Amino acid sequence: MTEKRDIEIDFGQVHTERMRLNVGPQHPSTHGVLRLEVELEGEIVTDVVPHIGYLHRCFEKYCENSTYVQVVPYIDRLDYIASMSNEIPYALGIEKLMGIQVSERIQAIRTVLAELNRIASHQIAVATFGMDAGAFTPFLYLFRDRELILDVFERLSGGRLLYNYIRPGGLMRDIYPTFVSDVLAIVKQVRETNKEVQNLLIDNKIFIERTINIGILPADVAINFGCSGPTLRGSGVDYDLRRAEPYLLYDKFDFEVCVGKGLMGTLGDSYDRNIVRMWEMEESCKIIEQAVKLIPDASEDVRASIPKKIAPKGEIYTKAENPKGELGFYIVADGKNKPYRLKGRSPSFSNLSVLPYISKGYMIADLIIILGSIDIVLGEIDR
Amino acid sequence: MTIENIFERLKKEFGDAILSETVEQNFEPFIRISPQNVVDIMLFLRDEEDLKFDYLACLSGMDYKETLGVVYHLYSIQHKHRVTIKIEVPKEDPKVPSISKVWRTADWHEREAYDMFGLIFVGHENLIRILTPYDWEGHPLRKDYKQPEEYHGLKVPY
Repeated sequence: MTEKRDIEIDFGQVHTERMRLNVGPQHPSTHGVLRLEVELEGEIVTDVVPHIGYLHRCFEKYCENSTYVQVVPYIDRLDYIASMSNEIPYALGIEKLMGIQVSERIQAIRTVLAELNRIASHQIAVATFGMDAGAFTPFLYLFRDRELILDVFERLSGGRLLYNYIRPGGLMRDIYPTFVSDVLAIVKQVRETNKEVQNLLIDNKIFIERTINIGILPADVAINFGCSGPTLRGSGVDYDLRRAEPYLLYDKFDFEVCVGKGLMGTLGDSYDRNIVRMWEMEESCKIIEQAVKLIPDASEDVRASIPKKIAPKGEIYTKAENPKGELGFYIVADGKNKPYRLKGRSPSFSNLSVLPYISKGYMIADLIIILGSIDIVLGEIDR
Repeated sequence: MTIENIFERLKKEFGDAILSETVEQNFEPFIRISPQNVVDIMLFLRDEEDLKFDYLACLSGMDYKETLGVVYHLYSIQHKHRVTIKIEVPKEDPKVPSISKVWRTADWHEREAYDMFGLIFVGHENLIRILTPYDWEGHPLRKDYKQPEEYHGLKVPY
């Protein structure tokens, strides 16, 4: 890994002691309450040990003691900046277990919401990644635009971050009349801002120099570590659940699965993981434009197929492509109104486990960049 | 490849270590294997040309009241097929061979299963708690778990 670095550092005869440094758990660049125990030789990272669990709140135990409907709000709190996306695999799984058919209009609305949330999540990812690299302005622009998406979600569900909107069998309530035009206005705004961000940040020489050849994650390692989402696709692996095993209406839409190409540096470096997110935002815009055409004007009772009693029997591993990767729920239902077991397979958990592997041999400042490029949310790691 | 074919392949290769396959309505089809041969079977599933299960999607610990268990959800990025493997171990002696050398992602997943269910993964290099504090007692997701009265002088049930 180290030989691909541009900068060669000659330590000469200076002997340094290895130092153990704590990063976090309350450090802004750890993106949450994550503690990294870093072993340093001078400025070079020789080992990283992530300590997680500061946000552990017994999600799975709660689920075993809650009814299937009561589980939905807890699921919101997994990846708390992509709550709409979180609810989708759970709702789909329960629907499959119960044999519920949902109308195409509801599926189209869900698709639009999932893609809007993907944009919102990637905006945060790119913005904070820029912050980690020292760019402050794109952060402000992207957060300003994310606000527009949150406004739509707030009008739909009443909440800005935690929605409890997509229920097994339907939605909480119908969309409001100007929903489609609002969403299309957001798409336009997102595209404009992304152009600016491209100019300001992505094509910026300082940013490129700062992120290329850092934290190189080869494709086979990424697969072996169970990475998913942009972290896996940044390494050039064409794996996207929306394409591999289409759910909702994704098989109807024309979109591209974005993979890293090693444009500036080596394939699978931090730059690639970040640029994949930029490209995915554009693909999400495309999907939204196609999906809103499938939402007819006529209103519909979106609660019509919500079952009065949810007590399925069976087992399912239900999964969806979340902004951060494959979010899966292994639901074991024993015919009672509460799940016997609900295991959450969160993308960030597997993605973070690769950090010690890819950060050895880089400098401490690069470690922050690598961590930012993985884009973790501690809410779903600690559960 | 369908679950029947995978089951046939495994049965031919490992014989009695493959216990049963279940295809039931509402249940995702799964294959039950005996815990002793986990590592060999997983390596076989990972490396055979027509199987190539290179992606461990999920590893879940289970408490079946009388026994404990582990459920592996495997996926092949190349062939786009899935398989579910289940094992069961007695509660008194919950030892499972570790597959953290087969898929490195199993490292953290096994630590989580140890933390939550007390499953002992034999051969795991660093089997310590991951989500709860390192000095926590008991395994919270067991059905018979009783939470402690206090932890370091803090009242636990608030």
